[in-house]
Amino acid sequence: MTAALADISLEHYLVVGAVLFSLGLFCVLTRRNSIGVLMGIELILNAANVNYIAFSKYSAGGYDGQVFSVFVIMLAAAEAAIGLAIVLGIYRRFGTIDVAEMTTLKG
Amino acid sequence: MEGVSLATGAFYLLAGLAVLGAAGVAFSSNIIYSALSLMFSFVGVAGLYVLLDADFVAGVQVLVYVGGVLVLTLFAVMLTHQIADIKVSNRSVGRPAALAIVAGVFALLYKAFDGVAWHEASEPAVESSTYGVGNAFLGQYVLPFELASLVLLVVLVGAVVLSRKEVVEGGEGTS
Repeated sequence: MTAALADISLEHYLVVGAVLFSLGLFCVLTRRNSIGVLMGIELILNAANVNYIAFSKYSAGGYDGQVFSVFVIMLAAAEAAIGLAIVLGIYRRFGTIDVAEMTTLKG
Repeated sequence: MEGVSLATGAFYLLAGLAVLGAAGVAFSSNIIYSALSLMFSFVGVAGLYVLLDADFVAGVQVLVYVGGVLVLTLFAVMLTHQIADIKVSNRSVGRPAALAIVAGVFALLYKAFDGVAWHEASEPAVESSTYGVGNAFLGQYVLPFELASLVLLVVLVGAVVLSRKEVVEGGEGTS
């Protein structure tokens, strides 16, 4: 146990990534506020990035993992901008951003 | 030995910051607190990037996430709630079921990487990664790099179109 605590290996980072992913998934599953759901998605993307960079250092070497994580960050920013613009549009039209009350398309 | 223990302590500190921030996002009942916890999580993850010799990505993380995405999220929170409301609701439903699903997913993820003999890279020299990342962007990854600029342009225009106010000329708008 002390040996596992003493030096940080790839698994430590993978555990952090898995925990971040799980908390993000929990956020996505339980939130009724659309913005809360988007925050959960950001957490999940962060978890993926941690894994990319951990593998880039410990397993693959080189810069491929870092380049991919920059692309992921770019897409996360794009997703946040568009997602929040859509949320604002929904709020203006329906007066709520509760995902359980947006049932216009429900059959 | 001293340097190793310093890095170990920094890892646990930053990982704790990231995980506790994420827990705050997932469990807080006030969405403003959720957004602020998200900041701690992002900063902790940026620190982990520094520990992993990815200083360029850490800088991008701070600039884009903490400086951009978080401010955007806070703006959206403020615009979609009445500020005068004392309780800025962040209700959640189905916690036990979600907890069970998430525990299952975590167990699956852990089982997937526990005990796997990953390919070990030879210990890379610690140097600034900006040079290598820049070369990769303009060399092997130049097409995705240019596509990214196109995507960002589309996002820019799309966000403006989606969030502008509808101006009806003369009161005879059709939509």
